[in-house]
Amino acid sequence: MLPLSHYIVLAAILFGVGALGVMVRRNTIVVFMCIEIMLNAVNLTFVTFSKLHGNLEGQIGVFFVMVVAAAEAAVGLAIIISVFRSILSVETTDSGELKL
Amino acid sequence: MTISEPTLALIVLAPLIGSILSFVIGKKVKNLAGWIATLSAIASFGIVYNLFRKLGPKEIFEYSLFNWFSVGDLSVDFIFRFDALTAVMCLVVTGVGSLIHLYSIAYMAEDESKHRFFSYLNLFLFSMLILVLGGNLLILFIGWEGVGLCSYLLIGFWYKNLAFAAAGKKAFVVNRIGDAGFLLAIFLISQTFGTIDFVALAQKIAELQDLSLYVTLLTSVGICLFIGAAGKSAQIPLFVWLPDAMAGPTPVSALIHAATMVTAGVYMMARTNFIFDAAPLAMSVVVIVSVLTAFVAGTIAIAQNDIKKVLAYSTVSQLGFMFMAAGSGAYWVAIFHVITHAFFKACLFLGAGSVIHGCHHEQDMRHMGGLAKLMPITFVTYLLSTLAIAGIAPFSGYWSKHAILASLQSNPNIYLSGILEFSVILASITAVITAFYMTRSLAMTFFGSYRGHAHPHESPLLMTIPLIILAGLATVAGYYGGDLAHYLEHVLPANGAHFHHEELVAALKHSWTAIMGVLVALILYTKLKNIPKMIGSALSPVTKLLEHKYYLDEVYGSFIVRPLEGAAKFLWTNVDQSIVDGAVNGTAQIVDVSGEVLRSTQTGQVRTYMFLMFAGMIALIGLYLVF
Repeated sequence: MLPLSHYIVLAAILFGVGALGVMVRRNTIVVFMCIEIMLNAVNLTFVTFSKLHGNLEGQIGVFFVMVVAAAEAAVGLAIIISVFRSILSVETTDSGELKL
Repeated sequence: MTISEPTLALIVLAPLIGSILSFVIGKKVKNLAGWIATLSAIASFGIVYNLFRKLGPKEIFEYSLFNWFSVGDLSVDFIFRFDALTAVMCLVVTGVGSLIHLYSIAYMAEDESKHRFFSYLNLFLFSMLILVLGGNLLILFIGWEGVGLCSYLLIGFWYKNLAFAAAGKKAFVVNRIGDAGFLLAIFLISQTFGTIDFVALAQKIAELQDLSLYVTLLTSVGICLFIGAAGKSAQIPLFVWLPDAMAGPTPVSALIHAATMVTAGVYMMARTNFIFDAAPLAMSVVVIVSVLTAFVAGTIAIAQNDIKKVLAYSTVSQLGFMFMAAGSGAYWVAIFHVITHAFFKACLFLGAGSVIHGCHHEQDMRHMGGLAKLMPITFVTYLLSTLAIAGIAPFSGYWSKHAILASLQSNPNIYLSGILEFSVILASITAVITAFYMTRSLAMTFFGSYRGHAHPHESPLLMTIPLIILAGLATVAGYYGGDLAHYLEHVLPANGAHFHHEELVAALKHSWTAIMGVLVALILYTKLKNIPKMIGSALSPVTKLLEHKYYLDEVYGSFIVRPLEGAAKFLWTNVDQSIVDGAVNGTAQIVDVSGEVLRSTQTGQVRTYMFLMFAGMIALIGLYLVF
């Protein structure tokens, strides 16, 4: 089995990639995917520590995160579609105003 | 002996109801206002007369409406009291008041807002009656302020003329200065004696074991009261408002600024005689101030050309005479002069009003003259009143003024011992001056040939009837001096002042100085018209001084009004505008600027928000790791 640090580092890199993506990418769908990457980075750490400590709490946490992420994906994609319908764009820079 | 008498409330109620009705109904039917007001004044007079007949010697009618308040030991009733002094004052106020109301119906016939005028006039009667009926200092003070308010409202009656409105304000402000003194006196009394009721107070002071312990206190109370009286009754240094008060309609000048309100100070002094009698130093102040006032105002009157201004200064001077008597302890003599003065001065003012009415609102005597033939009734009444005020026997002014000079002469006050003779001489000179300037106004108005451009005509009956009645009273009232002294003997201490009844020939001999004054003025202003001008230009500094009223308004302006204005302006610009407003506006500005700065962070760009969120997170973690 690989040492613990490998998992943690991988999770950190995934989180960093996700965060960077959220900050630099303009396409809302990509931003969305980056958020998913960050969530999964967190999931990875949860599972890692669950294995380390030998209890299931971390893995239960992961289930919750996955449920929330699924709900979030459903709502988020619906919002993206309705925004696209009104401004014909999915770029974050194009939806900088609260009013239409 | 004190008797409860509920009808006392009716005396004040009648003019109050009249005031409301004449305003409400008079607004709809203009011509009714005057009659309603006049009827309520006459009703009040009727009630007063009835009570006057019922009042036995040594009796006091009393009616307490309710207990107003009680704080600690001090309990104040809303109480009316009707004794001989009140009876006399009420008769004068309602009697002369009724006549002036009647006169006003004709005088104000063409005014747009006469309902307002008559409503104020009745309100004045209401306040004045509260003043004279009040059984304690506080009720008196309510009336005192009420008449001040009505005076202000009526001086500025034609408020669209800014100068008139300013005159009203001046009267109000100057009176407030006097009122401050009066209030201080009330506080001092209530604190020391625990009561402000006149009867209880008189008893407490009479029962004082060692009066000398209280002399300083009573002296300060007396002086404070006199400051109040000086404000209301136009004595030095607070008389400057009265001449300006002539801006009001002439009946107002007659009623408020000659016959009744301005004598309130004298009445108040007579009412609180037990305080003044125990404070000889305060009494000496009263005498000195009153003699000076009489002289100063009398000399100013010589140089005035406005018929109402002459009468106004004459009123100030006559009020000085009243205070001379009151200050000498001869209170009934002061009240005697209040009464005779109410008759002849009201008649003079109404006569002047009749002249002004006839000459189409001309008040300058240089544009009058020769009116004797054109307005015979006004002339005769004015002549009789002039002889009365000049102090020529057998007219009423002689008796009261003679009694005043006699009481001044026999003033036993030790504080006056050095200057009493000088005061008497000055007062006697003032009496001659009175005769002189009044005859001057008579001659300039009624003798010679008409110098104006209007077509003078005699006034209607409604105006001449009050004139005739008042002139009649001004002629004969002097004979009743002895009766008055007798009537008031249980209320006011005589302090050795008696009424000297004289045979007509002897009285005429005694009034030779006044007759001289009249004759000199008559010759100067009818035959030798150039001489007054020559004297005037030869003594031009004196003339200027008199024409400008001793520059008193200017002195007050530069020493009191202007510094106050400067201080107010300083506080306004430097304190209010820069500090107070600065604090408020500064707060708003800080919010405004910080909002402007923080606004730029709200870009609407999700990326920025995310970046800031992560940056913040990293910063927090960094902080956590470091500390």
